[in-house]
Amino acid sequence: MNAQRTPKKKTPKAERDHVLHLLKNMIRIRRLEEACAELYSAMKIRGFLHLYDGQEAVAVGVMEALTAEDAVVATYREHGHALIRGISAGSILAEMFGKQEGCSRGRGGSMHLFDAKTRFYGGNAIVGGGLPIAVGLALADQMQQRPRVTGCFFGEGAVAEGEFHESMNLASLWKLPVLFVCENNLYAMGTALKLSESVTDLVRKASSYDVAAASVDGMDVLAVEAAAQKAAAAVRSGKGPHFLECRTYRFRAHSMFDPELYRDKAEVEDWKKRCPIEAFSKTLKTEGLLTDKDRQKIEGEAAKEIKEAVAFAEACTWEPVEDLTRFVTSERRSE
Amino acid sequence: MSPSSPETMRRLTYRDAVREALAEAMRKDERVFLMGEDVGRYGGCFAASKRLLEEFGPERIRDTPLSESGFVGAGIGAALGGMRPIVEIMTVNFSLLAADQIMNTAATYLHMSGGQFNVPLVIRMATGGGRQLAAQHSHCLDGWYAHIPGIRVVSPATHEDARGMLWTALQDPDPVLIFEHSGLYNLEGELAADAGPVDIDRAKLCRPGRDISIISYSASLIKALEAAEILSAEGIEAEVIDLRSLRPLDEATFLSSVSRTHRALIVDEGWRSGSISAEISARIMEGVFFDLDAPVERLCSAEVPMPYAKHMEAAALPQVDNIVELIRIMVKTHG
Ligand SMILES: Cc1ncc(C[n+]2csc(CCOP(=O)(O)OP(=O)(O)O)c2C)c(N)n1
Ligand SMILES: [Mg+2]
Repeated sequence: MNAQRTPKKKTPKAERDHVLHLLKNMIRIRRLEEACAELYSAMKIRGFLHLYDGQEAVAVGVMEALTAEDAVVATYREHGHALIRGISAGSILAEMFGKQEGCSRGRGGSMHLFDAKTRFYGGNAIVGGGLPIAVGLALADQMQQRPRVTGCFFGEGAVAEGEFHESMNLASLWKLPVLFVCENNLYAMGTALKLSESVTDLVRKASSYDVAAASVDGMDVLAVEAAAQKAAAAVRSGKGPHFLECRTYRFRAHSMFDPELYRDKAEVEDWKKRCPIEAFSKTLKTEGLLTDKDRQKIEGEAAKEIKEAVAFAEACTWEPVEDLTRFVTSERRSE
Repeated sequence: MSPSSPETMRRLTYRDAVREALAEAMRKDERVFLMGEDVGRYGGCFAASKRLLEEFGPERIRDTPLSESGFVGAGIGAALGGMRPIVEIMTVNFSLLAADQIMNTAATYLHMSGGQFNVPLVIRMATGGGRQLAAQHSHCLDGWYAHIPGIRVVSPATHEDARGMLWTALQDPDPVLIFEHSGLYNLEGELAADAGPVDIDRAKLCRPGRDISIISYSASLIKALEAAEILSAEGIEAEVIDLRSLRPLDEATFLSSVSRTHRALIVDEGWRSGSISAEISARIMEGVFFDLDAPVERLCSAEVPMPYAKHMEAAALPQVDNIVELIRIMVKTHG
């Protein structure tokens, strides 16, 4: 079974490099989110801001299974996905500052990060809205015989929307290459899954559409990576869509406006003990794959990356107001 | 505005006025219940139903899953079955997931059934921009819904209306949509201690003036009143009309105003093309064309999905300065 977890047997050096790379990616996300929270307090970032602390293992693990040709569709809680997909922290932060060098020209903000180069199709702030888009991207790949996968991230709250069910059915009916990744953090804003679903077993829901489905510990980056690799390989080989439930938890409030009346502090603290970064670090240390020096180096590099990104965003410029009505319809190319 | 002594007036936010209206309706009529996303444990996404769960319990302050089409449809059914549901949709943007139920069912049932089945349903939702929430959370679609025969559309701009329209809407035999502008919730204002139900049929003259009629509604009305104050200092007296109801339109009130002032400016946060402002303008032409000293003007949102960046969003929305400048020109260049 274990042989399946890691697709190719790596040399010890490659193995160590790989796990440190995973750890670093999670730390990069955490530091980015910390910067966002600070910049929100400093009023540099406005609007809605949804942070990803606690869920890093999901974006980091799943992205390992996607190639540059694949597509990604995400939600409004997508800073981490964008960063790991390869959008620079600078252009992400510039976007949240509302600057024109931002990845969406300052038009989108935190909830609407987009990037054509990395095939990052947003940043959708309508719950469930991304699923049909993923179905369509996959349909285009299938019709053009491209062996690509569309990775579609969404929260467990989305499973109550009709679009979830319609998308599961379409993807399964047409055997489309979609990897549906449901980040089950147990709450949709203040509503607990058990108070909003008659059947809380999400794997059963997906299975009822004959979509191959599995559930994985979303706090364990290696487990997520292995499950995603396996699912993505099957999707890529033409076996139709896969559904992967990642059981995770958000450590912070839903957004910057949430007083968190709906959950116990103790529950949050319990989950924090399973922090994907710290738990992974601990395992790596006991296995002798991570030294304190390694961690310091990673922290130093992540801090530098984010610091430079903030400076970059600061230095970026405002789009001229005269451009307001641009990009409502396509600009004709003057040949 | 009737003069009231300080003891009979009190200060409260628009949000508090909405909450009082909800509580009063629940106390007065056992058939009334509130249902929507996060109305209970979370306290409402705009905190309009905060603490109501404690008083009325989870049966009547009913948290729903993220299933807009489902729970709006359920509201229609419950109304048909003898209840008096108040359905809260977090914002008008998400009401589009329920647009089918609103338009194809709520608005048509009475007619399709030859007058047998009326739908006494109230749907409340937040609307409007100005908070840097970008293109999926900022649109003002009140006027859009006003296109649909079979429903009533009201947009309370004042504390009095936020407090008083709900009960009247609940007495109506047909569906009523109440649009609460998200920029108004924190606004403090004065309300009579004994404030109660108000009509939902008529427009209201908020400020008399001889030189021009400003016709507006919702948050734009507040801007119109501010502009009128500035203009007054320059000797231009603008009359300000609060439409209050967008369907039906109380045309008698604004036509008589325009007949007196001979000029009209419509301030509407909706987009200009095919808008409620276009409808009002047409009615002025049809009704009092020969009383006009100048062409009717409109100030609407720029025809662009709402951008995130603060300066771009500000440029997209009608602002006090724009109203003042436009009226200066209208008053000087004509007549
Ligand atoms: C259609 C729709 N309805 C309501 C909302 C408001 N809303 C934004 S996030 C959210 C909770 C979604 O929870 P979940 O899907 O579990 O994702 P999470 O926030 O936990 O990552 C809600 C209700 C929305 N954005 N879109
Ligand atoms: Mg969730």
